[in-house]
Amino acid sequence: MTLLENKPADIPAPREITTKPRVSDKIFRGVVTAGGLSSLVILGFILIFLAYQGYDVLKAQGFGFITGSAWNVFTDESGNIDYTQTKFGIAAMLIGTILCATIAVVIAVPISVLTALYLSFYAPATVKKFMIAIIDLMAAFPSVLFGIWGFFVLMPSAEYWAKLLHKYLGFLPFFDMQVPVYTRSPFIAGVVLAIMIIPIVTSISREIFGQTPLDRIQAAYALGATRWSMIKAVVIPYGRSGVVGGAMLGLGRAMGETVAVYTVLNIVYQINWQVLLGAGGNVASMILLKFGEAGTGEIKALMAAGLVLFLLTLVVNSIADLIVKSTGAKGR
Amino acid sequence: MSTVIATPKPGKPWTATPQQRLITASIYLGAVLVSFTLVAITPMKGKLAYFVVFFFSSLLIDFILSYIQRGMASAKDAIARGFVSVGMTLAVLPIFSILFEVVKRGYKGLNINLFTKDMSLTSVNDPIGNGGLIHAITGTIIMVAMALIVAMPIGILTAIYLTEIRGKFAAPIKFLVQAMSGVPSIVAGLFILSAYVYPITGALSGFAGSLALMILMIPTIARTSEEVLLLIPNDLREAGVALGGTQWRTVALVVVPAAKSGLVTALILGIARVAGETAPLVLLTGGGEKVNLNPFDGPMGSLPIYIWKCFGQGTEESIARAWSGILVLLVIVLALFISARFLSERKVAK
Amino acid sequence: MDKTATKPSSLSDVAAAKQKKSPGAQSLGVGLEARGVHAWFSGKHVLDGISLDFWSGTVTALIGPSGCGKSTFIRTLNRMHEFIPGAQMAGEVLLDGKDIYESGTDVTKIRLKVGMVFQKPNPFPSMSIAENVLSGLKLAELKVADKDALLEDCLERAGLWSEVKDRLNAHGGSLSGGQQQRLCIARSLAVKPQVLLMDEPCSALDPGSTLKIEETISHLSSSMTIIIVTHNMQQAARVSDYTAFFLSDGGPGSMIEVGPTSEIFSRPRDTRTENYVTGRFG
Repeated sequence: MTLLENKPADIPAPREITTKPRVSDKIFRGVVTAGGLSSLVILGFILIFLAYQGYDVLKAQGFGFITGSAWNVFTDESGNIDYTQTKFGIAAMLIGTILCATIAVVIAVPISVLTALYLSFYAPATVKKFMIAIIDLMAAFPSVLFGIWGFFVLMPSAEYWAKLLHKYLGFLPFFDMQVPVYTRSPFIAGVVLAIMIIPIVTSISREIFGQTPLDRIQAAYALGATRWSMIKAVVIPYGRSGVVGGAMLGLGRAMGETVAVYTVLNIVYQINWQVLLGAGGNVASMILLKFGEAGTGEIKALMAAGLVLFLLTLVVNSIADLIVKSTGAKGR
Repeated sequence: MSTVIATPKPGKPWTATPQQRLITASIYLGAVLVSFTLVAITPMKGKLAYFVVFFFSSLLIDFILSYIQRGMASAKDAIARGFVSVGMTLAVLPIFSILFEVVKRGYKGLNINLFTKDMSLTSVNDPIGNGGLIHAITGTIIMVAMALIVAMPIGILTAIYLTEIRGKFAAPIKFLVQAMSGVPSIVAGLFILSAYVYPITGALSGFAGSLALMILMIPTIARTSEEVLLLIPNDLREAGVALGGTQWRTVALVVVPAAKSGLVTALILGIARVAGETAPLVLLTGGGEKVNLNPFDGPMGSLPIYIWKCFGQGTEESIARAWSGILVLLVIVLALFISARFLSERKVAK
Repeated sequence: MDKTATKPSSLSDVAAAKQKKSPGAQSLGVGLEARGVHAWFSGKHVLDGISLDFWSGTVTALIGPSGCGKSTFIRTLNRMHEFIPGAQMAGEVLLDGKDIYESGTDVTKIRLKVGMVFQKPNPFPSMSIAENVLSGLKLAELKVADKDALLEDCLERAGLWSEVKDRLNAHGGSLSGGQQQRLCIARSLAVKPQVLLMDEPCSALDPGSTLKIEETISHLSSSMTIIIVTHNMQQAARVSDYTAFFLSDGGPGSMIEVGPTSEIFSRPRDTRTENYVTGRFG
């Protein structure tokens, strides 16, 4: 065994492998990296410009901007905002945003998860392909379409459902009603938003369920599991957190929706917890509503509101993204 | 041992036999009967009542039948099957309703003037034949095209950075692209307003609109392209480099051509994403009624704005116009979507 | 084990040493019968008319080169075949004289009677060791009076009890690969199957763990029918009473020869079998 005897006495340090990229590759990498960083630049600029424009308002209102619920504009003779009297507060609209988006998630998530389960484990191959295409198509529909369809087609039915909810579940505080105005309520806006986020929650849930290790699914079946007991024992423990992430992503989408909410919701500047009552709003649709008649000073307040909305959706989306990714990466 | 000469016909003994299908059909038939009877004899009424009674009665019949035949586990399975089926139905019901209603309400407004005239000489109460949406179609095409010119390189470069360079920023950029796809469209509109319209031009224009569309387009293009590039097998890249190609040449001559149809799909999906975007255009474009081919000067119409305005005017005629505008927009989105599907199918087949 | 002590010099000696019980004498009757089983994947014919009887209380090894349809065949025996999209089959598989593919058969009951152990150990990661063993009861909604006794019994028979009895609540994933595979065997045993299918159960394991699994198989074979797919001919010779040799000549896989293991390894009738078991190809 000469080879063994010739073994060097000590192990050499690993050599460092270096490559000197060619000039063309350097340029290529530079250009691509610059392109890749553009998302950072754009997001950064959004933050900077909205903050810059909204700075005056935020400074004058302080925390009152997100805790107050008044939106009264007073101007002096020259048309400038009189900050001593003017009140900008978006609390009512923030609550409306969260309320509508929550209703949407509460309705959409069960439907989406059931749909994803159907597509992953029940549907015959041909049906599956067709349904996936249909749901993806729904994700591509513009929001103005959902809004107008919601206004003309869904509203009459949804009003009826709202009345049923009030009649049979009226003892729950949020289904309570003093004034019987069922049209254009947060409930109806929530239903429209739910329909809009069903595609995204469904496709994320389906993706997560599709990653369930096949050997575990087969092991469960080989133990005599029915489809449902297999899902309960294998798929749900695996995909649970991913579905939570998908739901949050849907929540983020629902929070930022403008046109559809504007169309079906009666925007009233007050805090309203009664989901069936025809009064509410969300930050995005409020911006659209106020923009038309706003002067320069008020537009700054709208910029500040946009900043708050931007940060809110950014946080929700980021958390959602982290949850979905960690589900995909983990082995269990 | 008997000698078998002919190979038997392949079959799927696990699929339902006609007899089982008959049983399934009779369960639903029974449920239909139950729902009609119950709706007739109880105070419950309406489509909702039929739906609910049908659902629960078919569930109950299926449950009992499965329990008798195979026991509790199977009965629970039947319940779960019922629920996932109804979930699926609820998820796709709106889309069929939307397609049906848009066609039903929109086709009346379709005529040739729609594609030759604009709205500059038409008032809200004019009959349908007067005026059209050529200004909106040209506006949408110009704005989307201008957005695409910028968003395409940025989106695809981002995807190439994520899949080919995989530098130290890959993880944060992936995260930021995801975050960008969640930016509300109204925020994109406000941003362009604050960063371009107020400080620079001071006037609304089609270009301002296309800038906002660009922001909304980039993440869609980047994410779809990334998925497509990830599907290109690593062997191809290694083969390119092993032949002495630089990374730049490998990407340009091997990777990108191999992913071509997928990248086109990404662009189409990006277009479909923004073609119907309304909120930022309300803020930024001024929404003119006349054909305007210069995106840098004067208000520019677009399909979503046309729909939005007609809907807001509220007269019978303008609502009808809004529906035909939706129909046109829907056809465009459908055409984009189907061509994207077609291209990605071909990519898979190859 | 005496068979390791004799230090056999060839596979036929190993098989002969194992050949203590004569076929038929100890068997408890025909448990599982395949009658002219064909299989297709997306129209491609992969398995050509396999007819094979598995006697209760025996171990049958299925050997043959890769792609000869062994795994496909074993999966037709408890109806796992149909999970692959595009799968089709023809022929009959009789369990206690009843065709398991007959329409109206409750497939979950079939899989309770014909259990399966997979190539890679796959304990359920969200469950503890004890929960894993008893998971079959939960999945099939079976009721058992004394769960602890069943738990101990299954782990004992799988040869794992002494190693895990102090940490039954630990995660299944905390065990070594070989232990995980024995945990999977214990999991299959808990629903009291008549037949246990093993699809290359040792291919992902080291030799030491493989030996343990083989011991487990010999213990189990007294009480149930075991069918094992293996690429390891030593293993086939060591653990099986009967051996079936599968081969595909590019077309659908077929069974070339079946017989008592000692005969297949010492005096195979077919030259192709001889070439394979002597290592001349495959």
